[in-house]
Amino acid sequence: MLSDRLPTEGIRKKFNITKKSSGQKVVALAGNPNTGKSTIFNALTGLRQHTGNWPGKTVIQTRGTFSYGGSSYILVDLPGTYSLLASSADEQAARDFLCFAQPDATVAVADATCLERNLNLVLQVMEITSRVVVCVNLIDEARRKKISIDLEELSAQLGVPVVATAARSGLGIAELKERIHQVAFGKLTTNPRRLVYDPEIEEAVSCLEHSLKALIPPGVNSRWLSLRILEGDRTVLDAMREYSSKISYGREPAVETGHCPAGSRA
Amino acid sequence: MKQDTALPDRVLDPAGDGIIRDRVVRTIYSHAEYIAARTVKPADTRRVDWDGKIDDILTSRWLGFPVMMALLGAVIWLTVAGANVPSELIASALFRVQDWLAGLFVRAGLPSWAEGFFVHGVYRTLAWVVSVMLPPMAIFFPLFTLLEDLGYLPRVAFNLDNFFKRAGAHGKQSLTMSMGFGCNAAGVIACRIIESPRERIIAILTNVFVPCNGRFPTLITLSSVFMGGMAATAYGVAAAAAAVAGMVLAGLWVTLVTSRVLSKTLLRGMPSSFTLELPPYRKPQVGRILVRSIMDRTVFVLGRAVTVAAPAGGIVWLLANIRVGEMSVIGLLAGTLEPFGRALGLDGHILTAFILGLPANEIVLPILIMSYLSTGSMASLDSLEALRVLLVEDHGWTWITALCTMLFSLLHFPCATTLLTIRQETKSLKWTLTAALIPLAAACLVCFTVAQAARALGLC
Amino acid sequence: MQEMPLSKLPLKKRGVVTSLSAEGMARRRLLDLGLVPGTAVEAVRRSPAGDPTAFSIRGAIIALRKEDADKITVSLH
Repeated sequence: MLSDRLPTEGIRKKFNITKKSSGQKVVALAGNPNTGKSTIFNALTGLRQHTGNWPGKTVIQTRGTFSYGGSSYILVDLPGTYSLLASSADEQAARDFLCFAQPDATVAVADATCLERNLNLVLQVMEITSRVVVCVNLIDEARRKKISIDLEELSAQLGVPVVATAARSGLGIAELKERIHQVAFGKLTTNPRRLVYDPEIEEAVSCLEHSLKALIPPGVNSRWLSLRILEGDRTVLDAMREYSSKISYGREPAVETGHCPAGSRA
Repeated sequence: MKQDTALPDRVLDPAGDGIIRDRVVRTIYSHAEYIAARTVKPADTRRVDWDGKIDDILTSRWLGFPVMMALLGAVIWLTVAGANVPSELIASALFRVQDWLAGLFVRAGLPSWAEGFFVHGVYRTLAWVVSVMLPPMAIFFPLFTLLEDLGYLPRVAFNLDNFFKRAGAHGKQSLTMSMGFGCNAAGVIACRIIESPRERIIAILTNVFVPCNGRFPTLITLSSVFMGGMAATAYGVAAAAAAVAGMVLAGLWVTLVTSRVLSKTLLRGMPSSFTLELPPYRKPQVGRILVRSIMDRTVFVLGRAVTVAAPAGGIVWLLANIRVGEMSVIGLLAGTLEPFGRALGLDGHILTAFILGLPANEIVLPILIMSYLSTGSMASLDSLEALRVLLVEDHGWTWITALCTMLFSLLHFPCATTLLTIRQETKSLKWTLTAALIPLAAACLVCFTVAQAARALGLC
Repeated sequence: MQEMPLSKLPLKKRGVVTSLSAEGMARRRLLDLGLVPGTAVEAVRRSPAGDPTAFSIRGAIIALRKEDADKITVSLH
């Protein structure tokens, strides 16, 4: 396991994450804009980051620390985005962090008043990392609007723990910390819902993934990277160069496509 | 160049039409729909949609703009009306301390230059900045934050977007402008939310036309003295507030004109695609906002006063008191700039103050006062009335001088901190210089036009 | 059933997305907002300056400029 961990620590340093002790866990906070993500950040860390009500408020990555159950956590507030696919600068930042820095746990914040739209990002986060806790925030507002959410069923469908919170009043924060603790220390194994695409895409992904695995650091999600390469996302290649010691900058990653059946290039 | 452009396109997106992306997104959304359908029982649709009702007013065809003006006016009116009394209280307290400090220096037998440097230079500037800047900012920012937390800013962006589109700029520029009220450096950083590099540079270059924390109080002070007759009456307060609101609108107008000119010249191009979410209104946590933003502003203003204004005050005192022949250094500078200043409706001292105020806009007025005082004599300056006497009776200011000074303050080059931030954000010396020169040109052009027009019409 | 660009969808009317003609980053952005074919969209309000228009898309109110809404085709029921 040690050889497994070293490269990740190296990559995390590139994201300016330096742990105070080896036991400290790295937790990422992802979510759509206007879901009260910063309020969750404040509630967890006790920091008082100002939270405005407009999209794109967090332009600088904020980080803070908190302790729970005798352990210490570094919390990284990722920029609020609708997606991790469009490759804008803030989406890339969030995506690269989740993919390459491999946080020990990721809190995906969703707005209870429009869950469906928010699940889009939650599912994308779960596609990159399995160590996810879904935080259904603004639950008080949803109740006021007479929207009811079956949290148990949501957790069963997603395959990861779900916590309902009203961060402004502190509701659910203790449970959220407990779930983060469990996921970060592997006390709770998640089984995230797997997104299966059209057969042609799946076929192409599996043969791309095969050759990609040798090129990326251990633990980095090769299926997810393959999907992005297949989609034509050039920025993910830059990120691979930056965070993978096996691909030196300026050289083409030797992505083999030759042995794949022609039909897979749908 | 990044190497990956050399990758054959058949590897990246083989079909070349983004069809995989479409299918991926559709699959993810179909999962989201499936899960939501099984877990969410939607709200009763017969419920009253309050957000909709509020937006019907705030973005309505007839009321949208009047309500925006009214809110701007109300915020500024409350600021002007509320700041006056605490400003005078703080000023008189701090200047009593100044007298006591001066006495201390004398009793300790310290040389007069030491008293001058520390008491009349460092301390007096500090006192000025704190008493003039703190009260209005401690009132303005909680009010502004309240509107921000409610979710009003995206509505402003929604209402104004068409103007920005026609200027070739990005709709989110109004959000980055809003951040400029706090500090232009923060506004420049906020421009990161604008994706297109072209429109981002436009937003960065024009952010300075929003009066920041360091200039807003200057505008309020001058408006109170010249447009509001000391803001002693309700009518005076209203007139002063109207003058400040007019300045904010003038800044918006110059922003749009400059953006348009840039879009047609240096930064040619079409506006990029733009999506803006109008989030639900949230009930703001009033108590916490008040406490937080008052504290934050106090720390910000005091921090700047101690780290920038106080040392600058010392340096300016030296410049005002080191004599070269008959004249002080500042007097020489002012004398050199006098004809140029006059053409702009200002004078040499005002122009000198703006130049020496490059480190921080907060110190422009204190520098000007010190510079005027070095040629005359006056014990302390602890009220608006004393300021009026100094400006009008000793140095011949008219309301045109005040108007031109306010316009120059609104439009001139950004402070050093903002320029450094622009350098960091654009990684370009060219754009940093442009960011200094465009506002300078705008300030000179506008002031010259106003001053010459006023002169031609015989208004002064 | 009548097809039209989203920009022509009358206020307070609902349409269903049938296709997108935007390309590149603009297309990605629109997809990410959930504007995939089959999605219901309602034109909610127009800016007092005439543009942009706010649409209700999957539970959120999103404003789009005319130029962007032109690139989305909806069918009106």
